[in-house]
Amino acid sequence: MTTATVGKKRASRLNFTNLFRWVVGSVAVVVIFYGSIKSVASGRLSWAQWRDLMVFGVAQGSVYALIAMGYTMVYGVLRFINFAHGEVFMSGAMIGYFVADALNRAGIWNEQPVVSLLIVLLVSMTTATSIAVILERVAYRPLRGAPRLIPLITSIGASFTLQYLFRGLFGAGTKAYPPMAAIQGKWIIFGIPILKSQVIVIGSAIVVMAGLYLFVEKTKTGRSMRAVAEDPETAALMGINVDGTIVKVFAVGGAMAGVAGALWTLVFPTVNFFSGFLPGIKAFTAAVLGGIGNIFGAMLGGVSLGMFESVGPSLVLGGYEVPAFNQLKDVVAFSALVLVLIFRPTGILGERLAQERG
Amino acid sequence: MPLFRTEGLTKSFGGLRAIDSLDMHVDEGEIVSVIGPNGAGKTTFFNLVTGLEKPDDGVIEFDGQPIVGLVPSQIIKLGIARTFQNVRLFPNMTVRENVMVSRHCRTRSGLIGAVLRTPAFRREEEETRRIAEDTLGFFGTRLVGYRLDQLALVLSYANRRRLEIARAMASSPRLLLLDEPTAGMNPRETVEITELIGKMRDEKGFTILLIEHDMRVVRGVSDRVVVIDYGRKIAEGTYEEVAQNEQVIEAYLGRPAEKGA
Amino acid sequence: MERAATAAEPLDDLLPAPVLSLQRAVRFGLIGGMAAVVVAAIGMVETFEARTLIDPFLALGLTTLYLASFTFGFVAGSPPPEREGFAKPKAGLRSLAAGAIAGVLAGVVLSAFMLLADAVNLRNIFVSVSPQLLELLTFGKGLGTGILLVLVVSTAVGVAGSAVHLIPAQVRRPIMYTVMWVLLVGLLQSVIEPVFRGLGLPSLIDVLYEEAGGLRLAGVVIVAAAVFLLSFFLGGKGRALQGRLDALPAQRRRSYISILLLVAAAIVYMIPRVVGPFLSEVLDLAGLYLLMALGLNIVIGYAGLLDLGYVAFFAVGAYTTAILTSPNSPRFTPEMTLWASLPFVVLAAALAGLLVGTPVLRMRGDYLAIVTLGFGEIARILLNSDALKETFGGAQGIINIPNMVIGPLTVRGPEVFFYPIFIFAILAGYVSLAIQNSRMGRAWMAMREDELVAETMGVNIVAAKLSAFVVGASLASIGGALFAVKVGSVFPSSFNIVVSITILVLIIVGGMGSVPGVTVGALALVALPELLREFNEYKFLMYGILLIFMMLKRPEGFIPSKRRALELHQDEVLQDAWLQIYGDEETGPQEEGV
Repeated sequence: MTTATVGKKRASRLNFTNLFRWVVGSVAVVVIFYGSIKSVASGRLSWAQWRDLMVFGVAQGSVYALIAMGYTMVYGVLRFINFAHGEVFMSGAMIGYFVADALNRAGIWNEQPVVSLLIVLLVSMTTATSIAVILERVAYRPLRGAPRLIPLITSIGASFTLQYLFRGLFGAGTKAYPPMAAIQGKWIIFGIPILKSQVIVIGSAIVVMAGLYLFVEKTKTGRSMRAVAEDPETAALMGINVDGTIVKVFAVGGAMAGVAGALWTLVFPTVNFFSGFLPGIKAFTAAVLGGIGNIFGAMLGGVSLGMFESVGPSLVLGGYEVPAFNQLKDVVAFSALVLVLIFRPTGILGERLAQERG
Repeated sequence: MPLFRTEGLTKSFGGLRAIDSLDMHVDEGEIVSVIGPNGAGKTTFFNLVTGLEKPDDGVIEFDGQPIVGLVPSQIIKLGIARTFQNVRLFPNMTVRENVMVSRHCRTRSGLIGAVLRTPAFRREEEETRRIAEDTLGFFGTRLVGYRLDQLALVLSYANRRRLEIARAMASSPRLLLLDEPTAGMNPRETVEITELIGKMRDEKGFTILLIEHDMRVVRGVSDRVVVIDYGRKIAEGTYEEVAQNEQVIEAYLGRPAEKGA
Repeated sequence: MERAATAAEPLDDLLPAPVLSLQRAVRFGLIGGMAAVVVAAIGMVETFEARTLIDPFLALGLTTLYLASFTFGFVAGSPPPEREGFAKPKAGLRSLAAGAIAGVLAGVVLSAFMLLADAVNLRNIFVSVSPQLLELLTFGKGLGTGILLVLVVSTAVGVAGSAVHLIPAQVRRPIMYTVMWVLLVGLLQSVIEPVFRGLGLPSLIDVLYEEAGGLRLAGVVIVAAAVFLLSFFLGGKGRALQGRLDALPAQRRRSYISILLLVAAAIVYMIPRVVGPFLSEVLDLAGLYLLMALGLNIVIGYAGLLDLGYVAFFAVGAYTTAILTSPNSPRFTPEMTLWASLPFVVLAAALAGLLVGTPVLRMRGDYLAIVTLGFGEIARILLNSDALKETFGGAQGIINIPNMVIGPLTVRGPEVFFYPIFIFAILAGYVSLAIQNSRMGRAWMAMREDELVAETMGVNIVAAKLSAFVVGASLASIGGALFAVKVGSVFPSSFNIVVSITILVLIIVGGMGSVPGVTVGALALVALPELLREFNEYKFLMYGILLIFMMLKRPEGFIPSKRRALELHQDEVLQDAWLQIYGDEETGPQEEGV
């Protein structure tokens, strides 16, 4: 019976998935290319405007990169997406707000801007770190070794819980950080005028990420993190405290999210219980874009995504004269995620994961 | 013409040649054992045949048709079914359902039929069920009766192995690839499986290609033995012939010159 | 079995029997206290206090607050798990002591919070920590007496929680049921009253309830007596009835079943008439969620594809219906009837299913979740955007969707709408069950269990994944169509991520793959918060906690429920153990033959 059917109909070798990739890929390239050319040719935006968009993109992207560290490090060690990481970031910005508000009312905010910012940064980091560590202890540790989707669903639950817990505790209203006179205006850097707040964001992000890199590469704790990421069982046999290391990974990721929370408010000085959601998803996109598990990748991915998001709508959609294209910037970011996962699921720099564990 | 044939089959992972220009063939109705030390590339060979990995080079032919580039679901439809070295069942499905899944490629009813309960659907469902239960009956009383409705995850290790073989058998293959069917079994169970492998050929007419470490099994069932080491075929022949082959003994006991490697 | 027992006996002397530990009691007491503080600080106590359960003295707010002490008293007092070979641990005075410790500590934490709230104005930060809350927490007796009362009550409740372990098992169940039902009947006053009125029993309402809210003491006695007697006499009779039905000859059984179905249909027919418009509205909403949950259950529960953007298909259904039927849709106004548009709606959703399904074909499970989430957001942003305003109406949406017309009948109002929703939900349930036991259903489950092996066993993964997406999308689109027609308009704000997560919660709590479970889930999690408005504010917080709790404590919710009943057979496990002990040494080194 089998032979008969085989003789008549030879099995097809055309691969549906590959065909789809080809079609989508070619369409995407044509659309992006044509739109960009039209948009640049139209001269709607001056060079200075493009440049400002790019700088803004880099600033926003450095914050994504900082958040992405948490995703990428946790994914590297536990192979799961900590969906609640966006809320960790939000918690830092939220508690930071109350401190900023108190400082403002005490009159310190504008008198001692550097001290104030440092205090907010410290509070934001402490909050985010504690929340990340508590999350690990309460929600994720008991699930070690469970099938993959179970911790993922747990983290969705944790994300929801944190959002609505913060809403319950602090109210649903959006909280506006007090304006700080010292960071208004621009500095001229290499002959380019850049908003002071953006300079601070980009500068701090570079310093913090450099610190993180040194920490992971040069310290003993960093080494044990890499060992656990490579193979937890072997690491345990080599005398590494795996649970302790995982807590540290969460703590470092949380601290990065805390820094991100404080810096974010310099660019977008408001926060509410839902503000962690979109930056969280985008930072995850950044992590995937750069190659998940890869710290350099997360930096690169964050900055690229920030650029796509700020320049992309004007460049591509503007070329087609799409009305109100700025409403669609999140679509650009999500499309970037989808396209990356279709064409290069290992990201730009490739994943730094040990081979799939069973 | 052999039922199954490979020529110059090559597959590397990074710099490591897992399979190195391997030529082999299996004739209809034969039982061929593939043996070799751990890491010799036996399981990679099965993965190449069933389409889980793509060879870098070479030809795989089944029933005169080249099958390189087909996806696994097409290959089982042509008539090659396999088991896995580290038993891989569908743990949260019942024993019967596990076996029924492998009839997928021999049946055609779709969603509409299932919702409307058409006569064609019910007939096919009935037949699938019967074939699944008959196939499980091949293992005596071990997997029938109340076991049919048990989840695969509650089965004992040996029964899981049996269920996996049943699952492969139910797809009505012409060539059955068994990856270490007796690994982890106790002596009594090993003897039982050895007998069953012979019975599968004699009663069901399967051609069998088998990876095995237990030499008693290999000796018991094989018409021919192929020895692989470092992805290359180093010997071929009856069990007695390969057992006395210098190269084979060296492969198993180690090469004095390369001891440190 | 025999051997296991004798082997374990000497160990009894070596290891101390497990006992209740003080550390555990302290830990749970502190956690309970913090839970109570959070409950108070998010404003739950104050909001809930408006609902009186039992007239003069028990309202929901403080009940919820001290539920923390009760629960953690119960947990702290629970005897350690039984271990094979050890004497069965018994609950005793130690349990009570543990419960008391937990209760006291919970009270202490809560008191500390009250002192803090009294000393510092926390309201700038914690919006709900008001003087009213403090008054409520102190039972209106001032801070000093209040704290004393808190400590006493919390301890008493903690002890009560641990005392549950001391009640003999055969009485425990009726008592627990009675308490639960009394509280539930008190809670659901706003549901039960219209039902009684619809049944023509308004006099019963006055017997049970106080006019201002809450059960009367007489009501408490009646409910308690009824539940206690019922559970005492009827416990376990359901199964016996089922058994008797199964024992009947096939023909008579069939006629009995058809009679039962007729009765059920009659009851269903009566439901909206009895419960009135408000409850019907709530049931309609639950029905719509049920319909979508059944669809998502196919995608997640059967096929194992974690789709977080499911709301997109709901939106596709609603918007396609709106565009095709409404005379006000901006670009394209064919003004079809709902029934004429339905095939197009399903087709559009199926296409959307393919559109979402194709890119994710080769993606790992967790990436798939994020990408589908992204698709859901893209859909919402596009619907909301000015760029596509000409088609979808932007933030103003599309209005004037005509009513559903069946023959001469116009379906208007929640009571009548109940029927089509109910019928579609039943159909979706049937489709789910029919597919589960079919070739495709098995292929999906195999794929969920192990994609690679499923493919090796002949399942075409591309077809299986896409068909799961398409079937799920179609069911959601029908839900969307019904929603659009029922509301009469569609707005982008109805289709955000929260809907997707709510549906996910429904199927996880209900038990993945289990149709009855999902139904109960929809009633409890969607209908209940609608009925009790004060729950609505905390609904998402509860969903989040439920998701975590389910994954931590009942991950078998992943396993379809009918399978949960199947037991693990002892002999198989022993066989495995035997193999491990004796298998290796007798087999010996395996390459010896060469």
